[in-house]
Amino acid sequence: MMNVVEIEGVSQRYGRATVLHDLNLSLAPGEVLGLFGHNGAGKTTAMKLVLGLLRASAGEVRVFGRAPSDPHVRRWLGYLPENVTFYAQLSGVETLRHFARLKGAPMHQVDSLLDDVGLTAAAGRRVKTYSKGMRQRLGLAQALLGEPRLLLLDEPTVGLDPFATQDLYRLLDRLRAAGTSTILCSHVLPGVEAHINRAAILTQGRLLALGSLAQLRAEAGLPTLIRTCGLQRVESLQQRWSAAGHVTRRWGVEGLQVAAHNGSKVQLLRQLLAEDSPSDVEILPPSLEDIYRHYMDSAMVTAQEAAL
Amino acid sequence: MNPIWNMARKEFCDGLRNRWLLAISLLFAVLAIGIAWLGAAAAGQLGFTSIPATIASLASLATFLMPLIALLLAYDAIVGEDESGTLLLLLTYPLGRGQILLGKFVGHGLILALATVLGFGCAMLAIALLVDDVDFAMLLWAFGRFMLTSALLGWCFLGLAYGLSSLCAEKSTAAGLALGVWFFFVLVFDLALLALLVLSKGQFNPQGLPWLLLLNPTDVYRLINLSGFGTGTQSVGVMALGSDLDVPPLALWACLLAWVAVPLALAYGLFRRRAA
Repeated sequence: MMNVVEIEGVSQRYGRATVLHDLNLSLAPGEVLGLFGHNGAGKTTAMKLVLGLLRASAGEVRVFGRAPSDPHVRRWLGYLPENVTFYAQLSGVETLRHFARLKGAPMHQVDSLLDDVGLTAAAGRRVKTYSKGMRQRLGLAQALLGEPRLLLLDEPTVGLDPFATQDLYRLLDRLRAAGTSTILCSHVLPGVEAHINRAAILTQGRLLALGSLAQLRAEAGLPTLIRTCGLQRVESLQQRWSAAGHVTRRWGVEGLQVAAHNGSKVQLLRQLLAEDSPSDVEILPPSLEDIYRHYMDSAMVTAQEAAL
Repeated sequence: MNPIWNMARKEFCDGLRNRWLLAISLLFAVLAIGIAWLGAAAAGQLGFTSIPATIASLASLATFLMPLIALLLAYDAIVGEDESGTLLLLLTYPLGRGQILLGKFVGHGLILALATVLGFGCAMLAIALLVDDVDFAMLLWAFGRFMLTSALLGWCFLGLAYGLSSLCAEKSTAAGLALGVWFFFVLVFDLALLALLVLSKGQFNPQGLPWLLLLNPTDVYRLINLSGFGTGTQSVGVMALGSDLDVPPLALWACLLAWVAVPLALAYGLFRRRAA
């Protein structure tokens, strides 16, 4: 099947500053891609290229096999900008109706979308009186007008409370199941892992890493942490594991933490259960945050080496 | 439905919502009726004098007001949307920049046209009803022409305002420039022309000078409205130059239409170049 988004060798320059270096990315139908990076890493620029708001200085961007500035393409797009704002004097429902008309979306969708994002009660109020989170939810409803086949969400969870964030993730899962492709631009947030197919990590306009979470974990070679407590023979276990080359640390009074590198996790667990009877065992695979930090740190080291 | 009309609808509804339409119409009506009845007070007369005199006074008034109102209405059309963040959204919607601009033009233009018809129409109605033995055909013709050209004048300044709005990065800059544009066309241009006339002491090509009037839409507007009454209207100031201008009325209309089309086209060019 044809990729929804195809970014090939794209560089973007503003004057003398290059904000994207030779970016290659693609998005399959029904895929959710998380685009992570610090502020100024080039996330928003990448989005603007896909939206056709910017023309790439070099390389090619294709959306649904066409140029992103093609008006047909825009009919299939939904975009939630960072810090979305609306006409202050219009009410929520008036705002959504205006955008629905512009997009050619059916009017009955307005009410159901307001309901989906939990704004039905506030629909008649002026947007001026909305809180940040409410504006964000209205922005999301706006992005979903006309049942887009590609969603671009720039920091969609900013200003949302934890419950609303969970609602948003659930909504994304539903859309993904329905075949909508999504690019989710974000700072790394706990809990986002479960809702993305692939993650791309950008820093200073360069793609540091790209792949599914499992691939990135394997590539980063980060250990899974095993934490136990309620052990009888903490010291002997720690000595044994340290001697075998594992990094261990005491965890609480009668607990122990061990870092299990590539595939040693099951073996360590077996030893643990054979030699002791822990009251509890926690297994912590490297989180997206750990992976992100790993890539950021290694990028920093590379940059420093290059500077020397 | 047509995207241009959808944009226009929003602008028009905004005009209704924030009472712009009402305010402009009322302002026009009050001033027009006031001028029709009190315009001759300086000459020691009270009450309605004549249609040409009334139209001449109204045209002088509209020359000041219409551009100002149009500029106020439209100076933030692009830069305002940009500052409020909605321009970014609009540009990702399935409508082109030309459609955005044209939609705004239709919406704002409709507000101006409606206010003109409502406001000055009231004055016309008042004259028709309250003044005895007024020439109805003449009244309708003169007021019809006056209202149509007033709307065109307003549209011309809408185009100029969009141009400024597309050019500026900040709303306050656009507002300042809009005032500058108003000042230039309404006050400075005619003064400069008069100064040129006086200082050159006739050395300047007398055939060429009146053509300079066509470079100012407000002068074209007044030329159209002061013509066609036969003798009996004395032109003052730069308008006296117009009597040396040997162009058919149709050419003046074409010139005014060009003054609507060219700034709008220019604004489109500037808007296209604006970074998203």
